[in-house]
Order: sequence, then structure tokens, then C-alpha cells
Amino acid sequence: MKVVLKNLTKRFPSRTKKGDDVIAVNDFNFEIPDGKLIGLLGPSGCGKSTTLNLISGLEAPTSGQIFFGDDDVTRLPPENRGVGLVFQNYALYPHLTVQDNILFPLQSMKGKNKPGKQEMLDKAREAARLVQIDELMDRKPSELSGGQQQRVAIARALVKMPRVLLLDEPLSNLDARLRLQTREEIRRIQQETGVTTIFVTHDQDEAMSISDMIVVMKAGVVQQIGQPQDVYDDPENLFVATFLGTPPINVFDGRVANGMLMLGDQAVLPVKGAPDGPVTAAIRPEGFVLDAAGPFRCALQRVEVMGRDTSVVSTHPASRNAVVRSIIPARQRPDAALETVRFSLMPEKVHLFDPETGNRVRFDL
Amino acid sequence: MDKQLNAVTSMDFDRIERRAAARRRTSQTVIYVLLALWALIVLFPFYWMVLTSLKDQAAYNSEKVPVFFTLNPTLQNYVSAFTDEQVNLGRYFLNTVIFTLATTGLMMLVIIPAAFAFARLEFRGKHLVFTLFLSLMMIPNELVIITNYVTITNWHLRNTFTGLILPSVTSVFYIYLLKENFEQIPDELYKAARVDGTTDLEYLVRVMIPISRPTLITITILKVIECWNAYVWPRLITTKSSHFLVSNGIQQIRVSSFGRDNYPAMMAAVVVISLPLIVLFLVFRNKIMEGVSRGGLKG
Amino acid sequence: MKQNQMKAWLYLLPAILFLGVFMVYPLIDVLVYSFEEKYNFVTQTSQGIGLFNYAKVLRDHQFLDAVKNTFLLVIITVPLSTGIALLISLGLNAIKPLRKMFQTIYFLPYVTNTLAVGLVFMVLFKTTDYSSGLINSLLSALGMRQVDFIDGPYWAKMLVLCLYTVWVVMPFKVLILTSALASVDQEYYNAAKMDAASPWRVFRKITLPMISPMIYYLVITGFIGAFKAYSDAVALFGVELGKAGMNTMVGYVYDSLYGDRGGYPSYASAAALILFAIVLTITCINLLISKKRVRY
Repeated sequence: MKVVLKNLTKRFPSRTKKGDDVIAVNDFNFEIPDGKLIGLLGPSGCGKSTTLNLISGLEAPTSGQIFFGDDDVTRLPPENRGVGLVFQNYALYPHLTVQDNILFPLQSMKGKNKPGKQEMLDKAREAARLVQIDELMDRKPSELSGGQQQRVAIARALVKMPRVLLLDEPLSNLDARLRLQTREEIRRIQQETGVTTIFVTHDQDEAMSISDMIVVMKAGVVQQIGQPQDVYDDPENLFVATFLGTPPINVFDGRVANGMLMLGDQAVLPVKGAPDGPVTAAIRPEGFVLDAAGPFRCALQRVEVMGRDTSVVSTHPASRNAVVRSIIPARQRPDAALETVRFSLMPEKVHLFDPETGNRVRFDL
Repeated sequence: MDKQLNAVTSMDFDRIERRAAARRRTSQTVIYVLLALWALIVLFPFYWMVLTSLKDQAAYNSEKVPVFFTLNPTLQNYVSAFTDEQVNLGRYFLNTVIFTLATTGLMMLVIIPAAFAFARLEFRGKHLVFTLFLSLMMIPNELVIITNYVTITNWHLRNTFTGLILPSVTSVFYIYLLKENFEQIPDELYKAARVDGTTDLEYLVRVMIPISRPTLITITILKVIECWNAYVWPRLITTKSSHFLVSNGIQQIRVSSFGRDNYPAMMAAVVVISLPLIVLFLVFRNKIMEGVSRGGLKG
Repeated sequence: MKQNQMKAWLYLLPAILFLGVFMVYPLIDVLVYSFEEKYNFVTQTSQGIGLFNYAKVLRDHQFLDAVKNTFLLVIITVPLSTGIALLISLGLNAIKPLRKMFQTIYFLPYVTNTLAVGLVFMVLFKTTDYSSGLINSLLSALGMRQVDFIDGPYWAKMLVLCLYTVWVVMPFKVLILTSALASVDQEYYNAAKMDAASPWRVFRKITLPMISPMIYYLVITGFIGAFKAYSDAVALFGVELGKAGMNTMVGYVYDSLYGDRGGYPSYASAAALILFAIVLTITCINLLISKKRVRY
């Protein structure tokens, strides 16, 4: 099921009498293709959960429209939208067994759509099998681990064959190991069922690793939409560039003069096509190449060994951050006794932004 | 200071230790004796009630100075208590059971939806209405009972179960207690149910009530106790023994003394009347005590 | 949204209906009654509006007797029961074995029918032609004069009533104070131990201030409860409290309404409102004092 968001806006009235309204979601436009897994990504308070609530129908938009396929569902109450929703804390009914929890949505159905008793049980068992909890049907939620509760919640959301599956911070309550495992699981389940799935997260790894597309939001405004790799490689503004990537991108105050990017007094990279003037330059840690004759010189602080590769921590006068962090292959490790370390830069890992607006300034590669 | 500390040798220390232990033992003994004394005061009327009920009537009447035990226990008094011509104890029992069950059941039907509306639904004027409800908690029963008596009389409902039951099917306090409990159920469960297409009523019945069962049981028990011991209202509203409750029965017994100062039979009746609640209490001891300490006032 | 509003009111409807008919309306009505002169219950007519009923009630000896009895009862039983309850709770708090059992026993009177056990008290304190009753037997064994506590002199009757009232109200007070004591953080006691404070000092400086809100709560509810005393007296002396000279204010209200002297809802209303005013005043005074004195 294709999901279309058109000019979707949600304002909350201000808490105080005089204050301004809070705009949680501002003019959201997006067409989510059928059967994809979409990650809504952003820092807390960016409006991603509100967006999810708007799609589920738990909240009504101030303006704008929502379509499932060709149906306008904007005014439809949640129960008629056919969405499955998995809550951050799972919201399992504590007094019901796993099986009864999964059966709950089916028993709530009305009219001719309501399946018979046996059919319900079959469907519940099928959903349980899909998330691999069919052994636990008679347990109460309190007897399950966090990961198992999560699976029950997903099974409960899937059992009524929703048109859209929504997950709110699905991994935030799990420990690190389970998180890796469960995100693979979500991917697998999504691919097996083919249901259009939207999940909300503040963790970029989570979003990047399993999504077909990610939506980066900030303060209610969509910053960029695209496939994870594209968004990472080609950020449209400074926020997206800094929000994505670990370790984070290195940011410098520089300027363009005669087609060269100047960081301090160093001419570090030819940037043909970029207009002269001050710029904000951002360089991915993996964009540095150790080069004894390289134009980018910084004062070496320390070398951190991380096994597969090495992290070189140094300082540079034009850097906005306290240190410049670069990642290089382990076998190229520089001598830790050096005072100055020199790099050349990979042009595709260097992004320029307008220092005023934060928008991307493109140059010819 | 230093000198004093040094002066405490290990021998002194031992002695201090021993003396402290002795003092502790003495104070513990005194405490236990006093507590046991109060327990005796509490239990003695119950003992006397059972003892007297087992004494033969003739033997009892011949004791100028009461005896603390009986060698020939008899159940005859229980038989007399239930077979008296004037005092139809069995009937009063049945009436009280009907009254208690109907009042408690109806009250649940009234307070659960109200608590649900306050805890879960949004509507204009909610806070105002809730404040008004709370302020009603301060109104003493004695003040409204006069008009209620007139109302029930005008409706020709004296000596009917309806008249007995109607005024006591609402309790603001229990609405308040239940609302607090309902509010502790996480919002997300409600949202989850909404997405699944559950109506408010279904949500109430299938999620909130089962989750709040412990509180509902506590409320039920407290209400049952209240109903079982009700006296003032039944006394006002019943004049015919066909609708007497056990409390009225006790008064009737008091006056008639089963004809001839038959104290053993009176005590037998009192035992039978007290027993159900004592059993209820022993079974649900923790629930009752917890419920009462949350604010259940007698009467 | 409109529909949701309707639904919420629908859920509230039964409660509002019952409360309206049996709480709010009577409240207004009782005021009206109390000001209606010579209201006739049978014809349901009155002869005017005024303070006549109040004046009549306040001049009635029966009422003044009831007021005297009630005040005596309040003044004796509230401090007595609160004090004993505090002692018992401190004792309970100091022991470990058998504590649960004692607590259970102490709570027993709460669940028993006041009238039923009252009858037992009557049997214990009464003297009849056949038997001098247990208490009197004990008294003579101790070399004291026998006295009929149920049909005898006023002071004896008042004494039994007070004893029985204390017996009845104790479970609630012990329960509240025991849980208040249990909730005092052990840290404070440990700190006091470090300072080598004497037990009496610990009690005065730590325990008492910490549980003072609960003590005031008990005093306030105790006052309210004692002012409304009625069924305890009925249990001991029968429904003819007026004749026994042991009537209480609530008893006067009911007697004016129903029974041999009944049929005067106007007097009943006036008396009930006077009672309510007294209780309200005393509660307010209590609250004022407790605000000043409760230490946290």
C-alpha cells in the first residue's frame, strides 16, 4: 500500500496563554512507495513521533492530507485505517497471555470482516510463527524478555494484515546485542510480509542499516529523503551531514578563493564551480588519505587503534570541533611521535555549505 | 575525651553490652505483655459471645457469677435462635444477603463507568464536575438522610428492597479510588486498542476492568462490609419484619430477648450474624486492611 | 468530538442521577425544611419561613441532653483512643515475631457488626435478676460496690459507652498509625543511634514529628466520627436512647424523624444542620491548629 503525505502540518496550541503554537510537523510531503521499509530519523522533538501518530490516526493533522493508496484517510479514525502500530514500550496487555494479546485486534473487529474462532486462532498462530514466538503463546508479558515482548507486539500489529505497519522507536528498549538481532528480524519480517512499514528512530545506525529509504527531520521540517547511502553521500544541508555518520563529520570554517578551498592558510582542495567567499566545509573521517606531501596539515594529538582501522586524532586551526578525527586503514598507521600529520582529501567526501543558510554549495568533482 | 575512650576496656565493654541486652529483653517483655493485654480486650467479647452461645440456657441462668468455660456445650441455642416465632432470623439473613449483593452489584455498575469517564474520556467541564463530586465527599450522611427518608416514603418505597438499596448505590469515594487506579494504566494501551478498532466500552470491559481487578475486589469487600453492618437506613425504611436486615434483627432480639431473657440464644444469633464478615476478613485480610488504610472510614 | 462529549456524559449519567437525587437535592431540601415553620409531614404544608425550628430545637431539653452526651463522648474518647492507639502502634512497631497476628486481632472489631458486639458488651456489663454479669462479679471480687452499667446511674452508662466507643474506633487508628510508623525512614533512626539519642528523645524529636500529619488526620476524623455517634449507643441502650438519657445528637435527629416522637422533618433538619455546623467549626479549628503544628 502506497502512503502519500500531502502538505501535512500539525500545530499544538501553546501551553502558556501568550506563547506561540508549537509546530510539530511542518508541511510534510512524501510519497512512500508500496512495500518499502521507511525510517523516520531525527533528534528527539523533531516531530517524527507526531508524524507517526498522524499516519496512525491517533492525532488529527491541522492541515494537509494523508492517502493510503488512492483513499484519503485524513479524516478516518484509527480503527478504520487498517494500520498496525508497535509502541515504544510495546503496550502489551499485562493481564492477557501472549496468545490473547495477539488475538485482541481480531476480536475487536466488527461485522462481516470478523473471522471465526478457529480462523482467529490460525491467524494468531501464523503471526506468532512469523516472529518466532509460537512456543510462548501461554505466557504472560511479564514472563518474557524485552526482545520477546517486542516480537509479541509486532505479531499483534501484523495479525490483522494491516495496510501499513508503524513502529515507534522499536529498538530503544533493547540492549545492544538484541538491537542488532532485532533489526535484522524487522527487516526479514517486513520482506516476508511485504507490508509498507514506517518506523521512527533517533539512532541513525538503525535507520541506515535496514531502511529502503530514510527521512531526516529536524524541528518539524523534513530535511532530506532518500536511500540511506545517497543521503549519507550527498547531504543536502549541514544538519543532515552532521547528523549522519559515526564518527561524525568534521566541520571547518573556510573560504573559497580562485577555485581553491582554503582552510586557514592551507589550500586543501580544488573546488571548481564553487563561488568565491566564506563557506562551511565538512569532511567525512574516511575522506582523509595519509600523504607525506598532502596539502592538509594538522597537529597530531594521538592515534587510536580500533582494530580494523585506525583513528587519527589531531587539531586544526579552522576546525569547529575540538579535534579533527580521521579514519585510515590500520596498516597505514602514522608514527605517533610525529608532531604534524599531513593528508590529502577525497573530493567526494568533502561537502561545502553556505555558512548563512547551511545549504549545500556544489562544486565540480 | 581521649581519656574516657581509653578508659573503656574490653571488660567494661562486655558489661555494657550485657546490660544493654538485658534492658532490651525487659522492654521487649513489657511490650509483649501490653500487646497481649490489648489483644485480650479485643478478643474477650468474641470469646464471651461464643461461650455464652454454647451454654445451656438453664445452666446460664443459674450462674449468679458467670463461669469462664462450659463443660456441656450445646447447639440448642442456635436452634432456638433460628426457630423463634417472633424473630425470623433466617429471613433477615436472606434479606441482608439480597440487600448486600444488589447494592454492591448496582454500585459497581454506577461507579465503574463514572470512574472511566473521569480517567479516560475528554469532555468539557470534566474538572468542574470532578471537583463537585469530590466536594460531595464532605457531606455527612446524617444531613441527607432526612430528605431521602421523605423521598422514599413519598415514592411509596418503604418496606421494599428498592427503597433500601437506591440511596446507597453511589459512592463518591469509590469513584475517586477507582479513577486513580484507572489513570495508572498506561496511555499506550488505550492507543493500541484504538488502533485495533476497540470501542471505549470494549476497552473498559476487556482491558481496564481486568487490570484493575485488585482495586475492584477491595472496593467490593469494603462495600459488602458496609452493607452487612448497615443499620440506620434499614431501621428508618423498614417497619415490617419481612424486610428487616440482620441489624434490625439484633434490635428486635434485644427487645424480645427471645421471650424470656434467653441470653444464650441471643448470643447464638450474634455469633451467626458476625461470622460471615469475620470469615471474609480472615480470607481477604491484607486486601481489607490495605483498602481501609487508603481512606475507608467506617460508616 | 461532539459525539465523544455525549458519550462521556452518558457514562457519568447514572452517577450524576443518583448523586443528584440522593445527595444534592437532599442537601438543598434539608435547608428548606429547617426554615419552614410547622411543616406537616402528612399534609406537606408549612405555615411560614423562619428560624422557628432552630429556636425550638435549641430550647428542647432532649436536644440539650443529646448535645451534652455527645460532647462528653467526644472529649473523652478522641484523646483516649488516639493515645492508646499510639501506644499500641509503637509497641507493634518494636516487635517482629507475632506482629502480623496482633495486627489481625486488633483489626477484628472493624469488620464486626457494631450492634452485634454491642449486645455482648451489654451482657458483660448488665446486672439482671439471675446474674450480676461478668464485670460486676469482677468488681465485687475486687471488693468494690456493684453497679448496673446499662440501666444504672448516668456516669456508669457514660463509662460503658466511652469504653465501647474506644473499642470500636481503635482498629482504624491502630492501622493508620502502624503504617505511618512503618513508613518513617530507618535512616533517621540510624542517624539518631549515631548521636546516642535516648529513646524518649528519638520519639519526641523524630517519630512524633514524622507521624504528626497522620495523628492530626486521626484526631480530625475522630472528632467527626465521635460527633456522629449513634449506633454504638443504640447497641448498648436500645433504640429508646432518649428515655435512657443517653441520646446523641444524631439520635435526636432520627428520633425527630421517626419513632414515637417522630414525624418532624423540620426539627430533624434544624438539628442536623446545627450538628453539621458544630462539626464544621471544630474541623476548621483542628485544621488551623494542625497547619501551625504539623512540622512537614
